[in-house]
Amino acid sequence: MSEREIKKGIKELSPIDVYMLLPRTNCKECGETNCMAFATKLVNREVTIEQCPPLLEKKYEKQYNKIQEMMAPAVKEVTIGTGDRAVKIGGKLVMYRHEFTYHNPTPIAIEVTDEMPEEKLLDKVKKVEDFSYEYIGREVNLDMIAIRSTSNDPKTFRSAVEKVAGATKLPLVLCTFNPNVMEAGIVAIKNRKPLIYAATKDNWNDMAELALMYNCPLAIFAPNNLKLLRSLAKTMIEYGVEDLVLDPGTFADEGISDTINNFTMVRRSVCKRGDELLGFPLIGTPITAWVGEEAPKEVLAWREAYIASMLISRYADILIMHSLDGWVQLPNLIWRFNIYTDPRKPVSVESGLKTFGKPDENSPVMLTTNYALTYFTVEADIKSSGADCYLIVVDTGGISVESSIAGRLLTAETAAEAVKEAGVEQKVKHRYLIIPGLAARLSGEIEDLTGWRVMVGTKDSSGIPIFLKEKWPPKED
Amino acid sequence: MGEKKEKEEAGIKLDLGLFDLLRNFEEVELEDVEIELGDLELHFQPGAVVAPPKVLAPPKLKPITILEADFVPPIEEYLGRIEEVKLGATKSEGGSRGKTVVIGGATSPAFYMFERPPPHPPVVSLDVFDTKVPLPKAIRTHVQEVMEDPAEWAKLAVEKFGAEMVTVHLVSTDPLIKDTSPADASKTIEEVLQAVDVPIIVGGCGDPKKDALLFKKIAEVAEGERVVLSSVTLDMAEAGVLDDVAKAAKKHGHVVLAFTALELNKARELNRRLYEFLPKDRILMDLTTAALGYGLEYSFTIFERARLAALMGDPELQHPVLSGTTNAWAAREAWMKMGPEWEPRELRGPIWETVTALSLLLAGVDLFMMMHPAAVRTLNEVIKQLMSPGKTRPEKIADWVTAKI
Repeated sequence: MSEREIKKGIKELSPIDVYMLLPRTNCKECGETNCMAFATKLVNREVTIEQCPPLLEKKYEKQYNKIQEMMAPAVKEVTIGTGDRAVKIGGKLVMYRHEFTYHNPTPIAIEVTDEMPEEKLLDKVKKVEDFSYEYIGREVNLDMIAIRSTSNDPKTFRSAVEKVAGATKLPLVLCTFNPNVMEAGIVAIKNRKPLIYAATKDNWNDMAELALMYNCPLAIFAPNNLKLLRSLAKTMIEYGVEDLVLDPGTFADEGISDTINNFTMVRRSVCKRGDELLGFPLIGTPITAWVGEEAPKEVLAWREAYIASMLISRYADILIMHSLDGWVQLPNLIWRFNIYTDPRKPVSVESGLKTFGKPDENSPVMLTTNYALTYFTVEADIKSSGADCYLIVVDTGGISVESSIAGRLLTAETAAEAVKEAGVEQKVKHRYLIIPGLAARLSGEIEDLTGWRVMVGTKDSSGIPIFLKEKWPPKED
Repeated sequence: MGEKKEKEEAGIKLDLGLFDLLRNFEEVELEDVEIELGDLELHFQPGAVVAPPKVLAPPKLKPITILEADFVPPIEEYLGRIEEVKLGATKSEGGSRGKTVVIGGATSPAFYMFERPPPHPPVVSLDVFDTKVPLPKAIRTHVQEVMEDPAEWAKLAVEKFGAEMVTVHLVSTDPLIKDTSPADASKTIEEVLQAVDVPIIVGGCGDPKKDALLFKKIAEVAEGERVVLSSVTLDMAEAGVLDDVAKAAKKHGHVVLAFTALELNKARELNRRLYEFLPKDRILMDLTTAALGYGLEYSFTIFERARLAALMGDPELQHPVLSGTTNAWAAREAWMKMGPEWEPRELRGPIWETVTALSLLLAGVDLFMMMHPAAVRTLNEVIKQLMSPGKTRPEKIADWVTAKI
C-alpha cells in the first residue's frame, strides 16, 4: 500500500482552497454573510461542512467529498458506543497543541473484571457513573467501562458483560485476547458498539472477523513493536476493518522511555509524514502499572496516576485505568480538560466592574485580577455563595494575584485606579473594599490612596462564602 | 506474459506480481461495485467472467497472513541547539562547590530519544526559604524542624531528599515583609554555601529595585560560585537597574534567570537586553509556571513553543528553561480539605506537583524548582528512566488483560 501525498497541514489549508469548492452563491443559508466567510470558519473548524445545505445536494457530491477529504484529520476519528453516550476518540489535526486545538479529550475507561463478585462489580460501575467534580463551573467525569476477562471463560465473560451493560449506558471496552470469549461478550451487547481489545499477532484474523461481523472498532496490541503494529494495521485495513485503535504498549516501569517514544514516533509519523497505516487513535493502558509488581497499593496507584498524565500529554486518545481513587483521577481529568482547551483563548478576561445577582447600595465590593483562571475561580465561588455583590477586575495583564503583586502589576496604585474607573462609589453608600488575602500587604497603601476601608479576604476564594457570612456587613468601628 | 506462469482465480488472469501479492490472501471475491484498481494489471478472459466485463471487479481480499509493513523512525534535523549552561563552580573553577550541574544542549524536542537523546538530563532544585512562610501541611511536616534555619534546611534538602541543587528564596528582603538588607541577606547565602556543596539558585523578593541591590551584593559575596540569580525582569529594565545586575553577574561569574510571563516576545526582548552584557551561556529563561488546573496548559504550550522555535533556529530562545513548579501548590486541589472521596490529601498534594512537573518535563523544561520530597523523588526517577531507552520487557504486560490485580 503506497502512502498518499501528505495532506496539506492544517496551517497550509487556506479558505480559498475550500471556497473554490463551495457553491459560491452567497445564499446565506449557513447563517454566514457569504461563502468566503463560511469557508474561513470551515478551515478554522468553527463550523462543519454539513452546515452548508446546498453542498449536501447530489449535484455538489464531488465537491462535498473533496472538501471532506481536504478536511480529514491526520488521526482518524473513531466512535465507540452508540447514541448520545457514544464517545469519539482521535480526530487529531495536529501534533502540537499550539498548532491547532486538540479535538476529542482523552476518555478514561475504568476497568472491571468478569471474576469480580456481582456486588463489587456493580458497585465499581456505579462509582464510575457517579464520579464528578466541579471545575471552573464545569463538571468533569469519567467516561467508560473496560471489562477484562480474567476467567478466560465465555460464559463468565458474557454474564459479566450483561451485568455491566444493564447497569450503565457508558460506552464499553471488551478486553480479552481469546476470540471465543470476545464473541460471547459482544453477543451480549450487540447494539452497543464496544471497542474490541485486542487483535494481536496470534489472534488477528478471528478478531478482524468479529469486528466486521458486529461492526465494532478494533484495537491492535503490539507491545513495543511498531513494525508489528504497522503490519497489523495494514493487515486489518486490507481485511476491511476501518475503525482501528493502536496500542504500542504502556510500560509504567523502566519501559517509560520506550513507551513515550513509541507514542511520539507514531504521532509524528502520522502528523508530519502522512503515514496512513498509523493514522488511528492511540490507546494507553496505565493499568499495566499494577501488573506483575509487588508493592503497596498506594505506590502502584501513584505510578498509574503519573504515567496516565504523561500519556495525556503525549498523544494518548483513550486510556484504560484501574484505580478509581479521587486523588489518582482528579489531576488527570483536570489536565485533560486543560490541554484540550483552545490555545488561542486569551489568558486574560476583560477588566472592569462585574456584578453578581442583584447588588444594591449595601452590597459587598470585592477585587481580583483579570487572569482568566483566577477570575473564573473567583466567579464560581461567588456564585456558589449566592451573594449579590460587585467584583472589580483589575487589569494585571492576565497575571494571577500572587504573581502580579510580585511583578508589581497589582499595586495600590493600579487597585485605586480600578476602584475609581469602576464607578463603584456611585453604586454603594458604604466604603469597604474586600481584597484577596494574597494581596494583604497592599491594604494600608490602598486605604491611603482610595480613602476606603480595606477588608482582607481569604487567601483562597473558596473561603468567600464563609467570609461574607461572618464579616459582612462590616461591624461599625 | 508468455514466460510468466499464469494463474487464474475467480476468472481473473493475474500477472505474477499480483499473484505474489494475493498469496497472502485467502480469497478473491467479485463484487458488483465500481472501484479503481490503480496499477494492478487485470486481464479478463472472455467467457470465463461471471460479472459483466465492463465492471471493474474489486477483489475483497482477506489476508491469510500478516502483511508486512516496515516502520522507519521519523527523524528530523533542526537548525538550532539549546545553549549549555553550567551551574555552580568547583574550587579549580573559582568557586567552592563539590558538584556542578550542566543543563541544556538539546538538539531535539524533549526526550525524543529515537532522534537525539539530550546530552544532559533535566535537574531538580529544592526550595528553601529564609523566613517562616505559610506552607501546605503536606510539605510543612517534612521541613518543620528547619524552617527558621535556611542552612539547615538546605542540608536537609541535599542529604535527605537528594537535591542536586538548592534554591534559597530571600523573601524576607521584601520591603513589605521584613525589608532585610542585602548585607544581612548575603550572610544567609554564605551560610548556605558553607552548609551544602551543590550549586545554588538565589531567589529575590520580586521588587525590581530591591532585587537589583540584593543581586549586586550577592554576586560580589558569592564571587565565582556561578549561582543563578532568580530572577531578572523587564521591570528591572524599566526601573533602570537591569544593566547593573547583568554587569555584576558577568563580573563575578554568575548566571541569570530571565523571567517573563507567558509571552515569547517579551522573553526575546529581555534576552536581547541581556546579550549586551552577558554571554549566552549565562542566561536561563523562566517563562512562568501556572499550577495544574490554574493555567498549566498555558505554561505547557509556551515552553513547548519556545523549545520548538529554538530548535527551528530562533537564536533568542536557545536557552535552557526553568519552571517554578512549587507553584503547583497554589491550586486549591493540592492542599484543600475536600470530601472523603478525594482523600488522602497527603497524596493529592504531591501528585499535583508531580503531574505539573511531568507535563512541563515533556514540554522541554531543563530545571525544576520543587518542594515535596515524593514529587521530587518521582521526577528524578522518571527522568532517569526516560534517559534510558531500550529497557522495555514486552513479556511483562503481554497478558495484562488476564492479570490478577
